[in-house]
Amino acid sequence: MSRSSTVILMILLGISIAGFFILNLLLGSAHIPFDEIIGILLGRNDGNVIWTNIILKSRLPQSLTAMMAGAGLAVSGLLMQTVFRNPLAGPSVLGISSGASLGVACVVLLSGSIGGVALSKLGVIGEVTITLSAIVGSLLIMALIAFVAQKVRGNVTLLIMGVMIGYIANAIIGVLKFFSAEEDIRAYVIWGLGSFSRVSGGQASVFIILMLVLLPMSFFLIKTLNLLLLGDSYAKNLGLNIKRARLWVIGCSGVLVAVVTAYCGPVVFLGLAVPHICRGLFHTSNHAVILPASLLGGASLALLCNLIARMPGFEGALPVNSVTALVGAPVVMWVLFNKRKNDV
Amino acid sequence: MRRNETIRVVGLDTGYSDRKHTTVITHDINASLYSRELTCLLGPNGAGKSTLLKTLTAFLPPLKGDIMIEGRLLNVYSDSDLAKVIGVVLTERLNINNMSVDELVGMGRSPYTGFWGHMSADDRCIVEESIALVGIGGLRGRMVQTLSDGERQKVMIAKALAQETPVIFLDEPTAFLDYPSKVEIMQLLQTLSRERNKTVFLSTHDLELALQIADKVWLLDKPHGVTIGTPEDLALKGEMTKYFQRDGVTFDIESGLFKIDHKLTDSITLEGKGPVANMVRKALTRHGVSTDAKDNNNRIYADESGISLNGNSHPDIDSLLDAVDLLFDRR
Repeated sequence: MSRSSTVILMILLGISIAGFFILNLLLGSAHIPFDEIIGILLGRNDGNVIWTNIILKSRLPQSLTAMMAGAGLAVSGLLMQTVFRNPLAGPSVLGISSGASLGVACVVLLSGSIGGVALSKLGVIGEVTITLSAIVGSLLIMALIAFVAQKVRGNVTLLIMGVMIGYIANAIIGVLKFFSAEEDIRAYVIWGLGSFSRVSGGQASVFIILMLVLLPMSFFLIKTLNLLLLGDSYAKNLGLNIKRARLWVIGCSGVLVAVVTAYCGPVVFLGLAVPHICRGLFHTSNHAVILPASLLGGASLALLCNLIARMPGFEGALPVNSVTALVGAPVVMWVLFNKRKNDV
Repeated sequence: MRRNETIRVVGLDTGYSDRKHTTVITHDINASLYSRELTCLLGPNGAGKSTLLKTLTAFLPPLKGDIMIEGRLLNVYSDSDLAKVIGVVLTERLNINNMSVDELVGMGRSPYTGFWGHMSADDRCIVEESIALVGIGGLRGRMVQTLSDGERQKVMIAKALAQETPVIFLDEPTAFLDYPSKVEIMQLLQTLSRERNKTVFLSTHDLELALQIADKVWLLDKPHGVTIGTPEDLALKGEMTKYFQRDGVTFDIESGLFKIDHKLTDSITLEGKGPVANMVRKALTRHGVSTDAKDNNNRIYADESGISLNGNSHPDIDSLLDAVDLLFDRR
C-alpha cells in the first residue's frame, strides 16, 4: 500500500472519530440543538442548565471514555496478537481481565458477607473501590504472567498458562458468587456487562488522563513489535532481547487492559477485532502504521458502539458488550471475506 | 593473505541441559572458520548439525569449551553486539503476512537503526545493495507470503547481507528447493564469501552439491565426531567412504562423488562411443546388466547412428531394454 493511501486512510479514520464523537454528543433521549452544544462546550453557560449538565456531566465524559477505552483495547489486542503470533489473541486472553474481574468480585462479593456493608450501596466511594480493586486484581495476575514469561520458553506454553490462570480466576469468582448476597451478585453482574457510562465525571477525567499517558507509551514498542514478527530466533539474531521485549509488550498491553477494565468493566471483542480490521484496511504488518491505525480504529468503533447502545429506545440500557460483538463480528467477517488472496 | 580466521572453537561440547539431565550431542570439537571460505556442515540426521549451529549462533549455550568470534568470547557479546557480527538464515518457515520484501530486507538494518527503527539514507542504500547482490530486484514490492521457497530463501540471505555481518550462518538453506535453485543458492553463497569477504557456514544434506562447491567440509557423525578438510583431502584420506559408505552407495574416488551400486545379474558386450553409448551403459547398469564383458555372445552396438542388439535395431533405449529382458528371460 502506497504512502499516500495510508495517509488518506488515517485521515478518514480521524474524520470518522470526529463524526461519531459529534453524533454521540448530539443524540440522546433529550434533544439538544447543535449550536447549543457548541456553546456549552465553549463555556458559554447562558443556556439551559439541564442541557449543560447533560452534555458536560454525561455525554461528553461518556464519549471521551468510550474513545479512550476503544483505543486502549485495540492497541492492547494488537500487542497481544503480535507477541503471541496468534490471530485469536486478545486483551482477555492472558486472564488479565479475569484478574480484574476477580479483584472486583473479591471486593463486591466479600464486602457484604465479611464487612457487613453492601458496597453496591456506597455510591462514589464504592465506585473508586471497585476501580482500585480491578486494577490491583489485574496487575497481580499480570505480575504472575510476567513471572511465568521469564520461566517458560515457548509462546504457546505462555499462552496456555495465561488461559489456565484465567480459568482459575473465573472458578474463584464462581465460588465467591455462591457465598454472596443476591444484591451484591447483581452489582457484580452489572459491572461485568461493561459500560462506558458507569464512571462519573470526576473519575472519567482520571481515566482519560491515565489513557492519554499510557497510549503514547505503546509507540515506544514499534521497533520491538516489528522484530517480534520475524519470530524469536530471527528477532534475537537482530539484537532483540526476547525475554525483556516480551515482558515490555505484555506489560504495556496488560496495564492498558487493566485500566480500561477497571473503569469500563470487561469490554470484549474490540481488542480482538480492531487489529484485524486495520490489517484488512491497510494491507501491512508494519507497526509504525498498524499501531496508530488500531488506536484510531478502536476509538472510532467504540464511539460507534456507544452510539448504538444509546439509540433512542434503548436509552443506555443496552450492554456495551452485546453491541461490540454485534457490530464487530460482522465487520471482521466482512474484512476476511473481502481480503485479497494470501493477505491477512 | 588468502583468508582470516574469524571463528575458533576450542574443546566444544554441544547439547541440551536442564536441572536434571545433560544430553551431550557433539563432543570435543576443535576447529576454525575462515573468511572468504564457504564451509559446509555435513552429516546424517540426528548427528547434531542443528545443535552445533544453534550453539555457534548463541541460540544455545555451549555445555563446555569456548567459542571465539573475531578474538572475543561468544558469551561476552551482548545481543546487540552479536547482531553486528553474526547473521543467520534459518530453516523455520516465516509466518509473516503483509510484509514486503523491501521491509523484510530492511529489518536486517535493525541492529544499526535507532530507537524508532527509522532508516537513514545510508541504511536504505545498503538495503538496495543487498537486494541487488542477491538478484531479487524484481521481487522488491512483493509480499513475503506470495514468494516461492527459493525466492524466500534469497530474501532471507539479502536480510543477512543487509545486517553487514562478517559471518553468515545458514541452517539447511537448500532444503525444499528444486535442483536449479539449490545450485543457484550455493553459487550465490560462494560468490558472497569470495567477493564480500564473508565467512559462510551452512548445514546441508545435499552432499554432491556441497562436495563440488564447498571450500571446507565439516563431516559430523555420532561415532567419529567431526572431521574437517577440503572435500578433496577428505576424499583422498578415505574419510568420505568412512562417513557415508552404506549398502548400495560407494564413494567414487575418480569423480569425487557418490555412486549408487546396482546388483548386476547378467552381462553383455557394449560397443560404440559417445553420449548414446554412455546412456545405454547407464540404463543397462540400472537394469542390472553389466557391460564390462568383452567377448559375450550378445552384442549391443550404440552410437549416433542408432542402437542395435545382435543386429536388430531399436528406436530408443526403452525398446532396447524390453529386448534385453526377453533375451535373459526375465519375465
